[in-house]
Amino acid sequence: MSKTYEEINEKIKKGQAVVVTAEEMIGVVAEKGVKKAAQEVDVVTTGTFGAMCSSGLFLNFGHAKPRIKAGGGKATLNGVATYAGLAAVDLYIGATALREEDPRNQVFPGAFAYGGAHVIEDLVAGKQVRLEIEAYGTDCYPRKKLDTLIRLENLNEAFLFSPRNAYQNYNIAVNRSDKTIYTYMGVLKARLGNANYCSAGQLSPLLNDPEYRTIGVGTRIFLGGGIGYVTGPGTQHNPTVPRRDNKVPKAGAGTLAVTGDLKQMSARYLRGASFQGYGTTLMVGLGLAIPILDEEMAERTAVSDDQITAPIVDYSESYPQCVPGNLGEASYAALKSGRIAVDGKDLPAVPLSSYPMAVEIAGLLKEWVAAGRFLVAAPVDPIPGPESGRTFKPLVECPVEVK
Amino acid sequence: MQVKRRVVLHFPQQKVDQPVICYLTRDHNLLFNILRASITPEDVGLMVLELIGTEADYERGIAYLAEQGITLQPLKQDVLRTDERCVNCGACVGICPSEALFLERPSMVVGFDPERCTACEACVMACPTRAMVVRY
Repeated sequence: MSKTYEEINEKIKKGQAVVVTAEEMIGVVAEKGVKKAAQEVDVVTTGTFGAMCSSGLFLNFGHAKPRIKAGGGKATLNGVATYAGLAAVDLYIGATALREEDPRNQVFPGAFAYGGAHVIEDLVAGKQVRLEIEAYGTDCYPRKKLDTLIRLENLNEAFLFSPRNAYQNYNIAVNRSDKTIYTYMGVLKARLGNANYCSAGQLSPLLNDPEYRTIGVGTRIFLGGGIGYVTGPGTQHNPTVPRRDNKVPKAGAGTLAVTGDLKQMSARYLRGASFQGYGTTLMVGLGLAIPILDEEMAERTAVSDDQITAPIVDYSESYPQCVPGNLGEASYAALKSGRIAVDGKDLPAVPLSSYPMAVEIAGLLKEWVAAGRFLVAAPVDPIPGPESGRTFKPLVECPVEVK
Repeated sequence: MQVKRRVVLHFPQQKVDQPVICYLTRDHNLLFNILRASITPEDVGLMVLELIGTEADYERGIAYLAEQGITLQPLKQDVLRTDERCVNCGACVGICPSEALFLERPSMVVGFDPERCTACEACVMACPTRAMVVRY
């Protein structure tokens, strides 16, 4: 027995859809079995909240009088560099952008107190942000300088456009060297002092639809507290990594490129973050509502932490030097217990992705669907799955001849 | 009865060069464990101590410090978590040496027990949203 997107949406519109979170679905399937669960449950909601560096914001701040053309010039928001290679008053600011005067890692490890991600958080929080532009001036855009305060409500458009969010599974980071290292996976103490991981596991969006059956171009999502959309596979989308029998990839695999209107979002679900010694990044709340079309989707969404594993990677050597292989793997159930074994040593495992926030997002999305506010939709086009053969290629450097 | 308390002492300029802690242990039977000590360029001293002794000795020791013009306050008043900044990610838990920051299971909410904090400040910069604040 199977259901169509239309049938599920009819139920959602009437407020009759049965919606559970991915955490609750584990219990539903354990109690009732896959067949009954597939008949009874219409939608399973997921959530994640973690650092996603490839996030950023497009904004259009309106034309000044007289006009100024930021394009080809230089524009900053609260001093943070933006990309101004677009039309006159369109800018893009990425999560990891910094102020020119930021000391970065000159005194190691740098603090990275304020960057593009913090500008995005300030804007979504409704705070005033300083916009400064240096332009070269043209006949149609004569002005050469602008220095003004802007805020979100006065912008024409402000939408997140993030090339890579919602990583499907990820590494467990450890440090085998003799000194503390400072990474995007947090502070890693020497000699296997701690293991840091960063997926919501059983609640994580793409781990609940591991082969992207219901997720593709146009899929409606929870993004930063508002409604957003999947625009396609994200950068470094790598569906062909080895998978377990339940189709869950054993390492970082699929990713999503997403967009959404910042004016709908909230600073609770978009946070500027500073990783000591590494840089700034944006913590993003993202959730998917997965339609339970058939028994296969019921089974997939009932995946639990003990059935999902991640590779343990040494961030002092293997990761920076691109040395293939890993130090074994651990399940999310083991990681969440707080201790894992690596190289025969028992070490503490801690998350970087907020499980309580993932629970909150999946719960909120469940409310939205149950209240008829959030419909599911068939993808306009699929994103490449395991059968696509698509891989994630390294850079092949070519020598440059200097003339 | 033995007590064990973590306190923050602020030394005025004229006391920085006197062996106050030595008297504290010799005359008042208190054991001490120095968690942190510093003297600013303005010659103002700051010391974070764990004091161990009987309640009576502790009270006498505290009175002695007050006589010397040294202000004292419990450490737990000085290490704070800004709850609206904390997103319960867990990044601080792995580097906290005293397990003052820990995960509550199964909710995975990050708990903070100021009584166990040694004010090492490792969490301050390790927290991605900078929710941990130390102000002496």
